[in-house]
Amino acid sequence: MRDILRLVCTLTLIACIAGAVLSLVEVATREPIAAQRRLVMLRALQAVLPAFDNQPDNDTVTLGRGRDKRGRELRQTFFRARSDGKLVGIAFSATAPDGYSGNIDIMVGITPDGTVQAIEILAHMETPGLGDKITHQPFKQQFHDKSLDNADWRVKKDGGGFDQITGATISPRAVVGAVRKALEFYHRNSAAITAPEPAETPPTGGGE
Amino acid sequence: MSVLQEFSKGLWRENAVFKLLLGLCPTLAVTTSAENGLGMGLATTFVLLCSNSVVALLRKVIPPQVRIPAFIVIIASFVTVVQLCMEAYLYSLYQALGIFIPLIVVNCLILGRAEAFASKNTFRTAFFDGLGMGTGFTLALFLLGAVREIFGSGTLLGVALFGEGYQPLLLMILPPGAFITLGLLLAAMNRFELRQK
Repeated sequence: MRDILRLVCTLTLIACIAGAVLSLVEVATREPIAAQRRLVMLRALQAVLPAFDNQPDNDTVTLGRGRDKRGRELRQTFFRARSDGKLVGIAFSATAPDGYSGNIDIMVGITPDGTVQAIEILAHMETPGLGDKITHQPFKQQFHDKSLDNADWRVKKDGGGFDQITGATISPRAVVGAVRKALEFYHRNSAAITAPEPAETPPTGGGE
Repeated sequence: MSVLQEFSKGLWRENAVFKLLLGLCPTLAVTTSAENGLGMGLATTFVLLCSNSVVALLRKVIPPQVRIPAFIVIIASFVTVVQLCMEAYLYSLYQALGIFIPLIVVNCLILGRAEAFASKNTFRTAFFDGLGMGTGFTLALFLLGAVREIFGSGTLLGVALFGEGYQPLLLMILPPGAFITLGLLLAAMNRFELRQK
């Protein structure tokens, strides 16, 4: 009996010390990590939006767009870029669930009339050397000045207007499809998104 | 054995990757470039150094019946510290290594050294054993990553080595390239050692 008590106490003590050390490190790194994530976000916004002088990550509209398979609400945030107070561009993220391996996260920047300014691939797990060419400039460049009206949003192999990549059709097809869906969502809701005043929709569900 | 010998055995004679073939999961998975190999090697070395030291210090306190859970708690804590610090200060490396940072916990090299060496030795010898083993692991990952990057992307540490016309050997940065490179390196080393005798 005394033996078991000793085992339990030692292990508990070690776990407690480990927990204390970890919470200290977490507190120390919390702010730098938040700053890093914001920096990555701002860099992506700068890459896809026209020149702006406000802080788009503080000027957002969040809309619900249905529920996922488990019944949780899906939300889409729109970042609004202004220059001299005038709305010059809107950025939003899109996720392609049908990449070659895993999700492809994309940031799309458009002008208020719905024309794509640029896209940026935020995260992906496509094959190095093949599918990952979606992150290269020649592929991303194709989206510039395209809108739902002036382009056929399919890859050329499917009869559309976007070049696929030699040896990898699945990744470009997924990206083109996801950007198209995001644009369609924007068009259905453009009145709410381009509203002159920051229209904050009250958050549903509690907590941060 | 002197402290220097404890350190140097990890570099060649008992090298984790090339001689013991331990910790092959991260070895094969992250060595798509020399930089990734180096980053993974240094992160593992840090964890190994810390866990070896702490395990050696606590070797008389930890009852033998619960030593494995105790080792795992210690190792997992240091891995989380590495992960948080890397996310805060080396974000691009953090993104490149991804899921393989938390998986340092299950790298059998680290648990293996804690169980087979640190729990039976003094702090000083365990410290230098961890340093040597970690350095050997880092060198091996760097070598593997460099070979794969040179052939698979035509670059070394991001610097282009060949002219525009170079057609990268894509296979080398895909998973099969890791096995092929490791096999060839092992064969070359065995031949070199046989020649020495």
